[in-house]
Amino acid sequence: MSNAPTPSQTVGPFFGFALPFADGENAAAIGVRVEGQLLDGAGEPVPDGLIEVAQNGEFARSGTDAEGAYHFVIGKPAPKPGQAPHLEVTVFARGLLRRLTTRMYFPEEVAANAADPVLELAGDRRDTLIARADNGVLRFDIRLQGGDETVFFELERLR
Amino acid sequence: MTFEPPFLYPDYRSTLLRAPARPLMRLPDEWFEASAGPAFGRIPVGPDDADLTRQHAGQPLGERIIVTGRVLDSEGRPVRGTLVEVWQCNAAGRYVDPADQHPAPLDPNFTGAGRCLTDDRGCYRFTSVKPGAYPWRNHHNAWRPAHIHFSVFGPTLASRLVTQMYFPGDPLLAHDPILASIPDPRGRERLVAAFDPAVTEPEWALGYSWDIVLRGRQATPREA
Repeated sequence: MSNAPTPSQTVGPFFGFALPFADGENAAAIGVRVEGQLLDGAGEPVPDGLIEVAQNGEFARSGTDAEGAYHFVIGKPAPKPGQAPHLEVTVFARGLLRRLTTRMYFPEEVAANAADPVLELAGDRRDTLIARADNGVLRFDIRLQGGDETVFFELERLR
Repeated sequence: MTFEPPFLYPDYRSTLLRAPARPLMRLPDEWFEASAGPAFGRIPVGPDDADLTRQHAGQPLGERIIVTGRVLDSEGRPVRGTLVEVWQCNAAGRYVDPADQHPAPLDPNFTGAGRCLTDDRGCYRFTSVKPGAYPWRNHHNAWRPAHIHFSVFGPTLASRLVTQMYFPGDPLLAHDPILASIPDPRGRERLVAAFDPAVTEPEWALGYSWDIVLRGRQATPREA
């Protein structure tokens, strides 16, 4: 019982002076540039969100701006055994009592994505997990709620 | 056992349009166990970053406090060398953040952000001033209890935690929908620090103890 994890609380609206750090969006000098918007259930931008992304020791953190926009540059990960290349993406925001975890897959990995078990499980929502190529950057929007809600993963029961 | 709040908690209005409506997808544990844990090595941690009272020319106003505790994994083992970030408003209840429009004074000697790494016993320790309560617009006459925001990484993706630490005896605790979102009272108690005479420093600062338990296990240490 005493080992039950400390419960989560929202990051709140006032982290912008504390959590972003210099050049935090750029995890790698050479990598893929990802741009996206964090959107709420009404399709409105979430201007007080924080996105973290990690792969193979690289880490980027990006706050969202007034348009809900974030961006980062990070190395493209290698495929993992049995899984297509992907980034682990963590989302914090005012109004999120717990952090959310999703994945970003790469649009050019058509064959690997077709065989990926997570995308398979996502079924007709799989496209919410795959970025799209857009003039040299990858677009990856995150929709917290609604008809095209992004697939998020349950980590709370992991040991 | 989990004390986690739900995503949708209508008394906290900001959850209404931001809580996912679809169930989270559960994956086999090992699909995430294989994932690299959060890496935070790029976030700079200076030797003075743990003392929020020494970041400016003068001393900030307010009750000087020391907040310390251990970061443990789900098996009670210390989580060593992990990053702990804190942020808070000043003693008057005002954040430096430009988004905060509460008409309470800023303190030119207080920013309210700190970082440290846990030591070999999993301990963190911050010196600060006690944050004030402040109003917010969630409902009529809503006031947040005094709190310090904590961000902790830990060994795995699952261990990543952002939460808030509250102060014992605060009458606002019983009226705060963000704290009340945790359904089990034992979970809410887990977010309230203890006044600790052993941490308190005579003629200097009040001491509070607060331990943090992260989800997930560290890599098993090698046995001799």
